[in-house]
Amino acid sequence: MRDYTIFIPEFIAAGAALGLIGLELFVPRVRKDVLAYLTFLAAIAWAVAALFYIDKDPNTFENVVRVDHFTTFFRLLAAGCVAATALMSANYLRGRTATASEYYGLLLIAGCGAVYLAAARELLTAYISLEILSFSLYILVGFIKRDIRSSEASLKYILLGAFSSATLLYGISFVYGVTGSTYYDQIAAALAERSSDTDAGIIVGFMLILAGVGFKVSAAPFHMWAPDAYEGAPLPITGFLSTLSKAGGFALFLRLFTNAFQTDAVEWRWAVAVLAAVTMVVGNLIAIQQRNMKRLVAYSSISQVGYMLVVIAALGYGDDEVGQAASSALLLHMVGYIIATLALFTALTAYYNRTGDDSIGGLRGLAETQPFLALVITVSLFSYAGLPFFAGFATKLFMFQAAYTDELVWLVVLAVINSFVSLYYYLMVMRQMYLFDPRPGLARFRVSPVLWLLGAGLLAAVVFIGVYPGPAFEGAERAAEQLFERPFETEAAAAAGAPQQHVSVP
Amino acid sequence: MTFDEGQGYVVLATLLAPVVAMTLLLFVPGNQKTAVRWISILAGAVMLGLSTYIFVAYQVESGGDFSPIQMQLRWDWIENTAFLGEDGIQLHLGVDGISALMVLLTGIVAFAGTLASIKLDYRTKDFFILFWALVAGVYGTFFSLDLFFFFFFYELAVVPLYLLIGVWGSTRKEYGALKLTLMLVAGSVLIWIGIFAVFHEAGLGTFNLVALWEAGESGGLSENFQKTFFPCFVIGCGVLAALWPFHTWSPDGHMSAPTAVSMVHAGVLMKLGAFGIIRLGIQLLPEGAEFWMPGLMVLGTIGAVYGAVAALTQRDFKLISGYSSVSHMGYVLMGLATMNAIGITGAVLQMFSHGVMTALVFLMIGAIYDQAHTRDLKDFGGIGKVMPLWVIFYTIAGLANVGLPGLSGFTAEFHIFVGTFRTYPVAGVLAIFAAALAAAYMLRLFSIVFFGPTNPRWLNLHDITPMERMSGALLIGAIIVMGVWWAPFVERVGDTVELLPRVAS
Repeated sequence: MRDYTIFIPEFIAAGAALGLIGLELFVPRVRKDVLAYLTFLAAIAWAVAALFYIDKDPNTFENVVRVDHFTTFFRLLAAGCVAATALMSANYLRGRTATASEYYGLLLIAGCGAVYLAAARELLTAYISLEILSFSLYILVGFIKRDIRSSEASLKYILLGAFSSATLLYGISFVYGVTGSTYYDQIAAALAERSSDTDAGIIVGFMLILAGVGFKVSAAPFHMWAPDAYEGAPLPITGFLSTLSKAGGFALFLRLFTNAFQTDAVEWRWAVAVLAAVTMVVGNLIAIQQRNMKRLVAYSSISQVGYMLVVIAALGYGDDEVGQAASSALLLHMVGYIIATLALFTALTAYYNRTGDDSIGGLRGLAETQPFLALVITVSLFSYAGLPFFAGFATKLFMFQAAYTDELVWLVVLAVINSFVSLYYYLMVMRQMYLFDPRPGLARFRVSPVLWLLGAGLLAAVVFIGVYPGPAFEGAERAAEQLFERPFETEAAAAAGAPQQHVSVP
Repeated sequence: MTFDEGQGYVVLATLLAPVVAMTLLLFVPGNQKTAVRWISILAGAVMLGLSTYIFVAYQVESGGDFSPIQMQLRWDWIENTAFLGEDGIQLHLGVDGISALMVLLTGIVAFAGTLASIKLDYRTKDFFILFWALVAGVYGTFFSLDLFFFFFFYELAVVPLYLLIGVWGSTRKEYGALKLTLMLVAGSVLIWIGIFAVFHEAGLGTFNLVALWEAGESGGLSENFQKTFFPCFVIGCGVLAALWPFHTWSPDGHMSAPTAVSMVHAGVLMKLGAFGIIRLGIQLLPEGAEFWMPGLMVLGTIGAVYGAVAALTQRDFKLISGYSSVSHMGYVLMGLATMNAIGITGAVLQMFSHGVMTALVFLMIGAIYDQAHTRDLKDFGGIGKVMPLWVIFYTIAGLANVGLPGLSGFTAEFHIFVGTFRTYPVAGVLAIFAAALAAAYMLRLFSIVFFGPTNPRWLNLHDITPMERMSGALLIGAIIVMGVWWAPFVERVGDTVELLPRVAS
């Protein structure tokens, strides 16, 4: 029996997206910030609906999509990101566009795409989810049509994105060619039994998939699009790009590399380790030279991806126990990173709404003119740098500790050193805010209550995770546990009844 | 609830006091400076009271069963999650004889620093929020018996310094603040790596320091491992303890820092480094310590002599004290490197002694700099006639610095010298040479600044304020008590030191 109930949360989100577009169609004069608040409510409803799956057993749809704790985890994450981004956009978008319903609709749909990246148990489903996420983002990045930088960013993102999708698809076809299946379980089983003359093919396949997803999460050397897209995109979308879009990519990484590809870890783990090392070094070194806040965040988020890739490498080097601990720690780190990033962008948006300035020098004297925003920015950057009291300290420590295996000592050491280097450019931002007097003519100003509350809420969350990471860590562990259930002996048999094409191993 | 556990709550209260002060201050409007100051004075007084209680109530060995770690309190923080096993991370607080003395030092210096900063008028609220964050970090490090929280608080103590120096400092403050922060955090990177390695190697699934100490002693951490990773911890912590050649942040940082920050920084924070060497070096990796200690002895001796020589040639008050701190921390490291009970006891006593005396020196430098706006020795002369009380206070601090009998410096340095002569006589000779140099740079400073013809520019200088007098009197009290009646100090520290692994009695 096909169980459609597992899709209910996304029915809500996608339905709300269509509803919003319809609403503006029939009531064109609706205030654009009302749309934002409606999106917020829809995202909350989405999250609440997702909560009903917490106590349920994992359930699959035709073995293509699986709703388990891991999916629920990403549902909550996606809904949270969408809700926060919608609130951030409310005032930002009001003066800049005539129509906004597509913006909010696409935001919700992008969220759904990210969720199914996490839920997919089959390569083509994952690919389609990734494209849903990417296409929504292409449009969102270029949403401010009158701004030439926004259009340029969108174009660059589309071209490189299309290229990376092709790479990914090509990689998928190699894996399919060797294993004869696109289902994760069957891929895992087939990889365990494949003969050594398929080595070349499978390595090429893995590398292409790694490159394709690497593009999406902006791992160096596939990061070239990120700084331009980040700089040109509307500010809240920049935040969305560096949170949910990356989270989606890592959800896919985790599903693939814990489940489908783990049996063949020797073939890809070294590449992931190298990718992690290159990404964190490149991101950090280039971030030091940035003058624009959005570009700084772009490069700093590239280095953050490098740290997270350490865990993916550890999945290949460690046994299941290490992998499970490392994935839990990665999920925890991702939550902390996402909350800190959303807090940072809330503050930057509030500042941008007021001044229209997004350079680092523009933050000069913020501690005088708006101490609250300065505090929020400080806390998020310190959380990135992994300083205590804030989420990054505990989550980074756990993540690197979990990934510390005998083969990866060098990578963990490199990550810690990089994390130290990053402190330098974060301090440069702090310096502008706290050590200098504001530009003449910029008086103390107030932040709109919505952004104030959002910022304060996220700030509290960053501190809470930093001081008491226990509950979030346990949640992350429950989510990660089910990644490692190896159902290909049991479920694969059940899946045999499901419609499958070409199950012949060449 | 047992008595010990009840006292554990005193420890918790001491840790929470700065956090509560910080939180309260967050909600006080920035222009209510009087309220900010009163909250801070009150918090400082409470901390001093609680710290004194902890020190006094610490049970010394009197026959019977003696356990060095007392007043313990533990809560599970996270356990049985991912790689964390039973007792994975606990908020495990407690004091032993060493940390009891350090806690007392923190209480004294923090309160003295608060009194000294009362006249601060620029962003008073922000200053005290960061100041209490720093103090919370210091207390937390001394109390923590869990590696996770140890590192948590250790970092917490370092971070606020950037803003404290950058915003409220003087003389190339941005440079000093950045250099200091980056060097100290670079040190933490090494500690961080060491922590990963220890947790992984011990394989206990817990950050509990007591359990890890046992593993270190009983072979849970192999000998090779200990030898490999001991330098990680010692250099990492050594940066904060101004271990030569990683001391270069110290003079610059002190020169730039505002008065209270210099006091707390030189007074307490640098001791965190030496404390870290005891906790993470000697206690966690005893075999590594045994192997590497001669190296530390060499570096400590170089630091002691180098700091004293450098101080001889400086013209800035703060640079003299900065380099003299390098020299005195060199003694501390020498004491630790002896690996015998008397030497390490001396090192811990020196941590206390240097803490109070250097805080007094920086307090006095701040008192004159706020009026004269220069710290160049050559600008001064005959200050004795204008600010007699200032001169008396400074002289006491200076003499303690030199190691005059009857003041705290003598007690501490005597122990260190005895310990050093037992193990490394050559280093002992050099240490005494450095002490002689200390007399030279102090007397040079006295003769230039206190005596001679009075520069007419300084005729309208006022003597130190009542707040500074109180603050100074508190510090002088500590210096004299330890100089005259050292038994309570030596007992508490000695009892614990004798039980350290691989330490000769």
